[in-house]
Order: sequence, then structure tokens, then C-alpha cells
Amino acid sequence: MIQVKNIFKNFGENQVLNDINFTFHAGKTNLVIGASGSGKTTLIKCMVGLHQTDSGSILFNESSFNDLAKKEKRKLRKEIGMLFQGGALFDYLTVEENIAFPITMFTNMHDEEKRERVNFCLQRVNLTNVNKLFPSELSGGMMKRVAIARAISMKPKYLFCDEPNSGLDPQTSIIIDNLIQEITEEYNITTIVNTHDMNSVMEIGQNIAFIDKGRLAWSGDKESILHSNLKELNDFVFASKLFKKLKI
Amino acid sequence: MDSVKTFGLYLNMLGNVFSRPENKKVYLKRIVDEIIKLGINSLTIVSIISLFMGAVVTIQTGLQLSNPFIPKYLIGYATRESLILEFSPTMIALILAGKVGSSIASEIGTMRVSEQIDALEIMGINSAAFIIQPKIIASILFFPFLVTISMGIGMFGGFLAATLGGIISKPEFLQGLIYWFEPFYIFYALVKTVFFAFAISSISSFFGYYTKGGALAVGKSSTKSVVYSCIIILIINFILTQLMLA
Repeated sequence: MIQVKNIFKNFGENQVLNDINFTFHAGKTNLVIGASGSGKTTLIKCMVGLHQTDSGSILFNESSFNDLAKKEKRKLRKEIGMLFQGGALFDYLTVEENIAFPITMFTNMHDEEKRERVNFCLQRVNLTNVNKLFPSELSGGMMKRVAIARAISMKPKYLFCDEPNSGLDPQTSIIIDNLIQEITEEYNITTIVNTHDMNSVMEIGQNIAFIDKGRLAWSGDKESILHSNLKELNDFVFASKLFKKLKI
Repeated sequence: MDSVKTFGLYLNMLGNVFSRPENKKVYLKRIVDEIIKLGINSLTIVSIISLFMGAVVTIQTGLQLSNPFIPKYLIGYATRESLILEFSPTMIALILAGKVGSSIASEIGTMRVSEQIDALEIMGINSAAFIIQPKIIASILFFPFLVTISMGIGMFGGFLAATLGGIISKPEFLQGLIYWFEPFYIFYALVKTVFFAFAISSISSFFGYYTKGGALAVGKSSTKSVVYSCIIILIINFILTQLMLA
């Protein structure tokens, strides 16, 4: 479980996060949704320590991330997996080496054990025969799957996904969404998905935070989102003609 | 004010770079990879430049020493001294600032804009140390070797120009090459090279590491790294020459 309490973040004069309070539950896909520029990526980056918050606290199972010493932060980060928007695979390493990278850095596993773990992770994301390929040789969907495989290679307790469906076709998006949900439930991970894709929201939204202009404007699940009276949320949810029909 | 802030950021980065590695085995492997990438892959260009540099130095020295009262072997002597003291260390450092420096800045800059550096940080890896430390160590270890090769090939180029161009005879040139040899000059050249190697690798890494934006920003970082490296090389050259030779 991760709790964010009274998070404020400014970039110069620009207030990006304004008093965010939310609890992300373990074993559930927690979604942070909102329009582009609403502050959701900043929130995720604050949570993983890539940005410093101006005030407030982020609690990973009751221990405050900001109060941890540098060494303890590094230790905690080994329990975090992250799927970046563009995959962020190391382009000088093969798929196999990418997935094995955190294992090589932090464990004393033998090559054979490593290979087994890599193959297990690849099978888990439904990829085969790509071990020796380089990221540049993969399609967008495959890259995302390899990135998920790398993120789960160290058996993380927390999984952060920044717009996992960006640049993917609807079918592949659903496959990636379902994969994230399956992994979350299977390993009881606290998963936080940052998205503005309504299909994802309706597919995997078990616990949703809607951020509007840096504020937490609404929270709930995928059933309740369609019945909210909040204007900003309705403008976001029913922006497409397809969802407008759903409202009627 | 901005330059003070930039210098502070550079020192802060160096502080992070020289912290304890997470996995020594992986770092050692990365140092070997960087030696191949930054050093061995530069051998061809260094050799070609050095060969022609030595030849041109010999021809130009030959033109200046046309007085019959000046012994001809001094052409070989002047070629050797020019190459060891200045041309090989400084000229090759400037060339490497262009080739290696821009490659380092664009590689790290691309890693920054494609979030690969963020990925390392989230894994709990000190990204500055992991990416930059092997590059600095590889440069410091291998650039002196490149400069030594450059000196040798430069003298060979001078020899070819002198003998094939009929400037002086083979024995005269060789006599000049061994005349009044001062081993300290080699030491001086290699000390300079170590400082140049550190400057090139750390400055280029700095501009790459703090790249902000997209592909255009990567190009800008690469250009900045070459310009700043060249200026710093010339300043270091002046200071070390003043300290060691004056």
C-alpha cells in the first residue's frame, strides 16, 4: 500500500500539485487519470523520487519515503518496478540483457538461474524467441511487454506504469492492460497506472484518482466514474463521441 | 551567476560519479567496453591524423631551416620535439574532444531524453556513477596510449616526408630523432594527456547528463560539450606548461 498525504509541488511559479491525498491499495490496479498537463506524471515522479515534493509525505507501507536515508531509499527502489511511457529499455543491451540487468546488478544469481528468470518473465508477458533481439528490432507493443518483464524481474512490491498504452493500437492496449492487472493480482503488487485512456479506465480501473489542475478532484472505481456529477470529470470521461453515447 | 551554478552542478555530478560502485564486476566490464568504444575505435583516426601531422611538421621545419649553417638533422629533432611537446598531446586531445566528446554527450543525452537514466535511478542504481565513471576511467587509461602511438606514427610520417620528399637523408633524420632526447618531455606530455582525458570525458558527460528536452537538445549538448572541452583543454595546456616547463 502507498499513501500520499498533502503533496504540494511547484515548478517555479507554476503550481503542479496542490494538496494531493490518496491511498493506493495492494493487489489492485490503481489509476491516476487526468488531462494532459494535469500533474499526473509529476505525481508519479514524486512518488518514485525522481522529483522532490515541496511538502507532504509519501508512505510506502507506513514508512515515509522522504525521511529515508539515501541508502534506504536505494533499498526501497529495488522493490519498485517502473514501466516508462517509451519503455526506457537500454538500447545497447539485448532483450535478455535488459531483463537480466537489475538481477545482475543486485543479486549473485548464476547465469543459468538468471536465464531461467528471464525466460519466466518473458513467458509471463507472452513473448518468445526475442531474447537476442535489440530494442530497436521490437514493435511498440513488444517493447512495452519487455519493459514489463524487466519491471517484474526483481519481483517488485510496487509497480508504476506511466501511460502504458501510449502509441499502441486498441487491441494491443487491452492486452497490455490485462497483463498489468493479471500481474498485479497474481503477485499482490501495489500497481499505479498513469493514463488518460478511457478504454484502460473501463478495463482495469479498480481504484481511480482523477487529477484536475493539480488537485485530486474525484476518486472512485470504474463503475462509479460513469455516474459522477463532477463537471470536470464528465468533460474528461465523455470527451469522445463513443463515451457520450454511453452517457445517454 | 549561471556559470557558478553550472560549475557547482558539475562538481556535484563528479561527487556522485566517484562513489562506490553497486557491482564491481559489472563496472569492470563497462570499463573494458568503454576502452574499446572510446579508445580502440579512435585508433584509425588518430593514426591517420598523426601520420600527416608529422609529415607536415617535417616539411614546414625543413622550409624554415634552409640556412646552410644549421645542421640538417635538426629537422628530425624539431619534428620530434614538436610532436612530443605539443602536437600529439594537444592536437589529438582536440580531435578526441570532437570525436569522443560528442559521442559521449549524445549517448548520455539520448539516455536522458529516452528516460533510460530515470530507469536506472528507479532501480536504485547511482546513474551518474554507472554511466560516467567507466567513461572517465577508460579515457584516463587509454588516451595516454593513443597519444604515445600518435607520437610514434607522427615521427614515422615525418620520416616518410623527409626521405621521400628529399628534404634530408634517412640517417640525418634518424640522427635528429635521437638527438638530445629529454625523457621528461614524454612524462610532461602524458601528464597533460591524463588531464585532457579527464576534462573531455567529464565535461562531455556533464552536458549529456543534464540534457533537457528532446533530440534537438541532445544535438545542442553535443556541440556545447565539444566547445567547452576544447576551451578547457587549451587552458589546462597553458597552466600545465607554465607549471612543468617554465
